[in-house]
Amino acid sequence: MDLSYTPEEEDFRGRLREWLAKVLPGLPPKPSPDDWPGRRAYDLGWQRTLYDAGYAGLHWPIDAGGRGATPTQHLIFLEETENAGAPYVGANFVGLLHAGPTIAAEGSAEQRARWLPPVLRGEEVWCQGFSEPDAGSDLAALRTRAWRDGDDYVVSGSKIWTSHAEVADWCELLVRTDAKAPKHRGISWLAMPMDAPGITVRPLRTLAGSTEFAEVFLDEVRVPVANRVGAENDGWRVTMVTLSFERGTAFVGEVVACRRVLGELAREARKNGRWDDAVLRRGLGRLNAEFRALWRLTQWNVSESERAGGVPGIGGSVFKLRYSRARQELYDAAAEVLGPEALDLDSRWTLDRLSSLSYTIAAGTSQIQRNIVAERILGLPKGR
Amino acid sequence: MDFQLTDDQRALRAGVRELLVRRFGRERLRAAVDAPDAPNLDRALWRELGEAGFFALRLPESAGGVGLGLPEAVLAFEEAGRALLTGPLVATHLAAGEVPGAATGETVVAAVDGTLVEWLDAADVVRGDVTGAVPMRSADPLTPLHRVPRAAPPDPVAALLTAAEQLGSAARTCELAVQHARTREQFGQPIGAFQAVKHLCSEMLVRVEVARGAVYAAAVTADPLDIAAAGLLADEAAERGARDCLQVHGGMGFTWESDVHLHLKRAWLRARRGQSAAEAEEALAEDLQSAAPGPRT
Repeated sequence: MDLSYTPEEEDFRGRLREWLAKVLPGLPPKPSPDDWPGRRAYDLGWQRTLYDAGYAGLHWPIDAGGRGATPTQHLIFLEETENAGAPYVGANFVGLLHAGPTIAAEGSAEQRARWLPPVLRGEEVWCQGFSEPDAGSDLAALRTRAWRDGDDYVVSGSKIWTSHAEVADWCELLVRTDAKAPKHRGISWLAMPMDAPGITVRPLRTLAGSTEFAEVFLDEVRVPVANRVGAENDGWRVTMVTLSFERGTAFVGEVVACRRVLGELAREARKNGRWDDAVLRRGLGRLNAEFRALWRLTQWNVSESERAGGVPGIGGSVFKLRYSRARQELYDAAAEVLGPEALDLDSRWTLDRLSSLSYTIAAGTSQIQRNIVAERILGLPKGR
Repeated sequence: MDFQLTDDQRALRAGVRELLVRRFGRERLRAAVDAPDAPNLDRALWRELGEAGFFALRLPESAGGVGLGLPEAVLAFEEAGRALLTGPLVATHLAAGEVPGAATGETVVAAVDGTLVEWLDAADVVRGDVTGAVPMRSADPLTPLHRVPRAAPPDPVAALLTAAEQLGSAARTCELAVQHARTREQFGQPIGAFQAVKHLCSEMLVRVEVARGAVYAAAVTADPLDIAAAGLLADEAAERGARDCLQVHGGMGFTWESDVHLHLKRAWLRARRGQSAAEAEEALAEDLQSAAPGPRT
């Protein structure tokens, strides 16, 4: 067990830190959460900056245009960019963490050449067409169907909770290509161009008041058969390959951010006198223990995946269960510290508190994650 | 960074587990619980632990020790926690190299921890001021206790080894719950097929894994704040793990015959050792005040 970094890793950290100090002061101001075109431009601009400096797709394989970095280097990258206050992956989330890795792992040479470079260069944005109104947690129950017509699939149905749909160029779309097969078997994975006729995007307003995601209606949308990644009806397996990668590192930067936020909160409490409340103070101390432990668990999972040749284990569900709860506790504690200000929608703390509510739902609810842990790690029988 | 067990550490853990299964397996545990004059310290086992290097683990080889470090000691104590091994293990381990015979297990050493002393009557040497010690009827049937009027200050290494024992106990109760949930049938299926039971079990595992990260990291850094955090999370994992294990066992879990109550009572006892939860939380809160924003590793 070793928590020290190698000289190469420290060197990588040092160069990254220097570069961040140089490049971050020149960034434009962050756009407002509702300004989707502004957010797209801002996030693609940051991606282009990363690309030009050789940091784009750091953890992607080299033959997919990435840098082939080790999981530890990727961990350092996420830690340093977060600590320096660099932009988050933002609108590039699906392209970089989800669709890109899927195409890299399962796509043909032509597909990799077509779709991967624009993601890395910050030229194209992807969105995720997985969830449906009647199939959220039961993802495989999706009903959006696709039938062949010559060289095209014709797609009809609807998707929901689609972030970045308004400004996306492509959608990673799960469709049902065999209605008679068992529900996990008749699914295919398509890359759908978002400017195709028949697509309607209706923004959805979240409880925080912003339009964070959208509903996407598909009315006989034509998608070339050549846009299918993986075999027909093998889309579920293709998707599972990617989901495990996503859970591996999706929250690294956020744990770092939570530790910083906790420090800010303690200083805020000292300023406004709430620090004298022993119950509140001890609560913040316990959250410090919590986020220290979550950081250690992150390092444990990253080391494990490094030993496995970059393949993440199924510990991601364990991590997500605890992290999503801890994040909500952090912002509840913030409300205790802030008092009346916690009801001010112009306060960053209030918006962050509201958005923290999504963490136990998005990317697999806590209830689904507990089933995954119980069945796949602990080996308990399936049932209800 | 390679925050995983080395091959040597895996081998050490397997070796300690095997020794404890052989010498302090379930039958031996139950015999100790049900012995007429329980609790009784098994001197032969104590010497065997000494020969295996349990107490001399961190003593330099030049001093007759094994020459290993805190991470290895933590792995050994995790196994002790799993097995519910009895006796003043932490006190004797800490006395190795300082009290003659402690390293080899010939001398049993007890120590004042807070306002409690475990195994006072059985010990050959007692460290700390035990003037005015009063015996208690201990909640843990396998750990005799005395109360003392003057509290001794907590020792961070003792706190870490205790956290390791809590971790082992938490991992064990999670296993026991899962075993029971897989085999016990109700309404025509194993109870582990019910989400309510599944979710209890998965939360147990989450607490174990979070505590494991914290305890192992504290063993590597030996940082007092890391140890404080590890203690809080390991106490939580052990106490709540035992409770949830009892719940999964239903009525059977509430009986003397099940081992669950032994884990729960020992977890309560260990949670009283060293720094209190309040003190640990205060120290971790103070750290938030002093910490400058910026990179941390």
